[in-house]
Amino acid sequence: MMVAKRSVVRRILTVDLPMLAILAFTLGPYLWMFITSITQESRLFTTGPSVIGATLDNYRQLFEKVGFLSNMLDSLIIAGGTVVVGLTVSVTAAYAFSRFSFPGRRALLLQFLVINMFPIVLLILPLFVLMRVLGLLDTHLALIIANSTIAIPFSVWMMTSYMNGIPRSLDEAAMTDGCTRLGALVRVVLPLCVPGIIATGIYIFITAWNEYLYALTLGGRSVRPITVAVQTLIGEYEIRWGLLTAGGIVGAMPATVLFLIVQRRLISGLTQGAVKG
Amino acid sequence: MTDTAQSPGGFALGRRILPLALLSPAVIVTLAIVFFPMAQTAWMSLHEYILFRPNDFDFIGLENFMAALADEVFWISLWHTVIWIFLTIPAQLLLGLVTALILNQNFPWRPIARALIIIPWALPSVVIALMWVWMYDSNYGIINDTLLRLDIINAAVPWLANPDTALYAIILTLTWQGFPFFAVMILAALQSIPKSYYEAAAIDGASRWNQFRHITLPGISGVLVTAVLLRTIWVANSIDVIYVMTGGGPGYATYTLPLYAFVKARANLDFGYGSALAVMFTLMLMGLVVVYLTRVGKALR
Repeated sequence: MMVAKRSVVRRILTVDLPMLAILAFTLGPYLWMFITSITQESRLFTTGPSVIGATLDNYRQLFEKVGFLSNMLDSLIIAGGTVVVGLTVSVTAAYAFSRFSFPGRRALLLQFLVINMFPIVLLILPLFVLMRVLGLLDTHLALIIANSTIAIPFSVWMMTSYMNGIPRSLDEAAMTDGCTRLGALVRVVLPLCVPGIIATGIYIFITAWNEYLYALTLGGRSVRPITVAVQTLIGEYEIRWGLLTAGGIVGAMPATVLFLIVQRRLISGLTQGAVKG
Repeated sequence: MTDTAQSPGGFALGRRILPLALLSPAVIVTLAIVFFPMAQTAWMSLHEYILFRPNDFDFIGLENFMAALADEVFWISLWHTVIWIFLTIPAQLLLGLVTALILNQNFPWRPIARALIIIPWALPSVVIALMWVWMYDSNYGIINDTLLRLDIINAAVPWLANPDTALYAIILTLTWQGFPFFAVMILAALQSIPKSYYEAAAIDGASRWNQFRHITLPGISGVLVTAVLLRTIWVANSIDVIYVMTGGGPGYATYTLPLYAFVKARANLDFGYGSALAVMFTLMLMGLVVVYLTRVGKALR
């Protein structure tokens, strides 16, 4: 009895309290941003941010005066488009990588990995020149293309590792029953991949939604995704922290919620690739 | 059985062409939007190319590169990049390791803690940058407020406006953003170490520290190396948080090399020089990338 009690105390001291401290560090800034966003502008600089007398004024202004809804729509189109492009070109590639051995397989697979290691500046400058020549600057398409440079390599890797987990004997059985290779892919492997496809798609969506530098460089006027919109609040209204933090909360919301929903599968997928590496 | 029923020749051809056909969309698209533009950066770096004079595109050989080597800001930025990596990565690693070790213990609310710890990773970097700017604010920021109340400082410090503190303030933000990644990776590795090892060691009377040194560390060392390589490449590359927080300032106090390349191109529209800086930085990073790829390549075999 005594021993059990002492071990609980010990656990609280060595596990629960340190964990709480780390969580406070992790979530503190986010909570502080939230509290700031529900504090009245006039009280922010006198009594400081607090939950007492909470107001949704900042959020109302964000949508009514700043027009945040159209920024969210821009982000949605871009992120959605990137998901579609990223998934369609990578699913067949992943199938080829996971089911065939052919000369150059390893080199090609590594080539997709290396893309995400190049600094973004290396791509951002020529893409700007390219989009200008094509007359695509400040369009959704330009940003979908730019975000695909990140999304395609990632989803090729993620889908390959997911498909490797689906036994080959299933395709072989389907082919014995008269399916072609492609038939086996469409009827057998794809349906089994749905969870992997969803997780990959959500990850692409989050990355594209959160992306800032491409959005700033290739968009900005008529197409203004949420990340750019939040940042421009600084210039247009001096620094109105209440409004700005409200924008931050709204801008971060979709990605955070999606992330919490799929985090288990996503993390096991991400770490699997890394642990194997 | 359609493809196996054909003649051996047709079967081999089909098997050879099909994977290539399946790969072609991804390969063609990445060639077009990644590798072609990268080649273009290399090409631009050999030219004098300033965007508001689009008709001048004069080949100047390596002049941009020579100019960079003689450019004081280049060396300042390079030095900051080194500080940036050598402080951020160990800080993220240590905090991530401690977090992973705690998360590997049994406590009732472990699943919640594990889910919440990753939140910084899911936030847009702009939002991260802005909320830290707000906390660092010299008049109303919570950090100054707290430190003043605790009597640790006598007067508010303008953390981001002071050249001596700005870089370190951003490094703290980056540590906050990146340590969950380490925690999650290390946790996965910890969970792959068989419990029986610890039980056997405990029976033999090994202390906790010795268990950590001889069982835990060897068990996670592979992941640690991979994670450090991967993060170093990412942290070195990441410029969005710095760009939003200080834009490189005050003065050149928070310039890193990729940021300098970006600012050069964006503010001065000097795409030739900006490209040269980007190419130089990429070449420096190449060493790390090659090490990482060899590790992954071995695992693929």
